[in-house]
Formats: sequence, structure tokens, C-alpha cells
Amino acid sequence: MTEPKIPVTEDELHAYVDNELPAERKGDVEAWLETHPEDAERVHSWRAMAEALHARYDSVANEPVPKRLELERLVRPPRKWVYGTIAASLFAFVAGGGAGWMAHGAAATPSVFQAFTGDALDAHRLYAVEVRHPVEVPGSERDHLQAWLTKRCGWAVRAPELTATGLKLVGGRLLPGPSGPASFLMYESASGERFTIYTAKANTETTQMRYAAQDGQGALFWADRGVGYVVSGSTDRERLTQVAKLVYDQAEKAGG
Amino acid sequence: MSAFRQSVEAMIPALRRYARALVRDADIADDLVQDTLVRALRSERLFLGGDVRSWLYTILTNLNKNRRRSLARRPQFMPLLENNPDASGTEAEGRDIARALATLVEEQRAVLLLVMLEGLSYREVAEIQGVPIGTVMSRLARARAHVKAALEGERPALRRVK
Repeated sequence: MTEPKIPVTEDELHAYVDNELPAERKGDVEAWLETHPEDAERVHSWRAMAEALHARYDSVANEPVPKRLELERLVRPPRKWVYGTIAASLFAFVAGGGAGWMAHGAAATPSVFQAFTGDALDAHRLYAVEVRHPVEVPGSERDHLQAWLTKRCGWAVRAPELTATGLKLVGGRLLPGPSGPASFLMYESASGERFTIYTAKANTETTQMRYAAQDGQGALFWADRGVGYVVSGSTDRERLTQVAKLVYDQAEKAGG
Repeated sequence: MSAFRQSVEAMIPALRRYARALVRDADIADDLVQDTLVRALRSERLFLGGDVRSWLYTILTNLNKNRRRSLARRPQFMPLLENNPDASGTEAEGRDIARALATLVEEQRAVLLLVMLEGLSYREVAEIQGVPIGTVMSRLARARAHVKAALEGERPALRRVK
């Protein structure tokens, strides 16, 4: 084995793996690797990394291109794109509200997130202002409420304990959801501030948490194990996040 | 369809793959691709030849930078959960690599993906990021070391659970 006259640098190892090395140096690097097991191991691990990346992400490139990315569709209507605030664009349709949303949203492949949050915010707006009949089953019958909603919805509905954020369970009701029944729980603080938790079957396993706001109401949406959650209430994001985290943590614990 | 549009269209699958690896969330990734395409189509007349591929990656990379900047100002979504992995046999492995990627700083993740997943040259990546080739190489080296450590650090923990 002849040691190359000039030692091989780390940059050259990378360049070797990435086919960026000048051809005349390739033989030197290969000889070097035979006598330097640590470098050989690194080179091997980088190749394995590339394989893992392709194994994980190539399937995305092989998926059929979603309709909303078809160029024909994109050149047609000069819509108002808000660059850099993609999150905001997700909420644009929600602003239309339930039924209207369906009508003009049809062309735009509504995401689970949009449909859900729209429904939940509608329910929140409708019932949060209700003084005498905000719920069907009062919070004093928590066990009955949970058992009933669990039976009707088909997943374990638990009313989380939110006293840590100063919220008390008012009660709950059953609502029509995007694909079957939805459970709707209402909480109230001493000052009358109301938060609601809307859950329904989501055709998505797990998503990140997202925020939407409209008409002075804020909502956080996420999905976990096929169930979508929307916590609606204040537009104060910190407050909303605090409540949502409690809900999330307790659902996590309950779900195992 | 113009030759320009055809070359843009041919890039959509690769852009989706890159965006998905870059931001993890499938919806946000496709939003990024959509914004990239809209911007590219709008600038059709401004495009004076050159490599459409690099140009599209450049737009996407910049849009993502802006997105992150605006998210930093307004904390609108918080990744509390692992995103759903693609249903493949190597699910756990896929999750490992996704998690390891998430620990990288933005520029390093972009370099790593552009070189290792998208197969771009150092020179192309340097142009996309607007930095010298030496910077690309040092970002790549750091990213690889970091991901390697993250992947190796995870394995003993997984074994212990069993």
C-alpha cells in the first residue's frame, strides 16, 4: 500500500463522497482509506446517511403532484399571495366561515387544518356567547359527559383538568363534525373568559400545532393518533398556548 | 406549454421532496413549493436563461428563510409533535433521520439536503446560498458530523427501551 505523498484532508473526503474530487486525486483517497479505518468509517457513514435520506424522502417525489401545484391552476387566477407568511395564507379561507368556505374553497384542496378549525371556530362563536344554554351536559356531571361523548364519538373523550390556568369545566355537547360526530367542551374562568375544545376524527395521523385567528377569536389546531383537536378562545397566543398545552399533555397521558 | 414552463413543471417532484425534508410538515412544504412556483411563473419574463433548477431551489430557499423570519416574529405554530412518517418499512429509520435533520441549523440543513438528497454541486449550492464554496463545504462538514452524532446518539436509547 503506497501512502499518498500529500495527506488527504477532511474536505477531500467529503469531495470524494460527493464526486467533487479531481479525478487524479481519487486513487490517492482510495489508498488512504484502506490504511485509515476511521476515515473509511466516516465515509461509509456519510454514504449510509445519503441512503437513509433517499429512503425517507424519495417517496415524496414519486407521489402524484397535488392538484394545487399544477401550473395551469397556478397561472389562472391572480390570487393574492402573501410571500413569506405562508402560515397566514392557510387561514385565508377560514375567514370565510363554514358553508361559504366549502363553496369557494372547493378548488383549493381544503386541508384538514382549514376545515377543522373553521368548524371549531364556528361552534365556539355560536356557543361561547350563550348564557343560559351553552352546553347539553353540565360540568357537574363530568363522568356522565365523558362516557356519553366517548360512546357517541368512538374515541376516549376526556374533559381535561384546566384549573391550573384558572378554567373550570362548564360542560359539553355533541356536534356534527367533518366526518362524523365531534365533541365540544367548554371551560370558563372566574372573569367569564371562555375556552372551548373541539375534537373530531381527522383523516390525518399527526400534525404540528398551528394557530389561526379571526374576529377576535384565536384557535390552535393539532391532530394526534387520528383525532383532531381545536382549542379556541382568546387571541392572546400565550394564554391560548398555555391552555392548549395542558389539553395536549393530558390527552397524551391518557392515550398512553 | 413553453419550454420554460416545461422545465419548471419537471422540477415539481424534486422541489416537493426537498421542501418536505427541509420543513417536515407536509402542508407547509407544499405551501412553500406552491409559492415558489407562483413566483417563478411570475418572473418568467425576467428569467434570462441559465439553470432553471438552481433558480427554483434558490427561490424556495429564500421563501423558507422569510417564512422562518416571520414565524420568529409571530410565534404562530409550534412543533410539539413528531410529524407523521411516511408509511414505509424503514419507518423508524426515517423518523431518526428526520429528527436528526431537525436539529440542524437552517443553512446546514439546506446544504446537506441540496448536496446529498438533490445531488447539486458545491458550486450550485454556493450560488443558491450566495456564499463562497468554502462556506458550503464547512457547512456540509458540520452538518454531516452533527447528523452522524445525532443518529448514533439515538441508537443506544432505542435499544434500551426494548
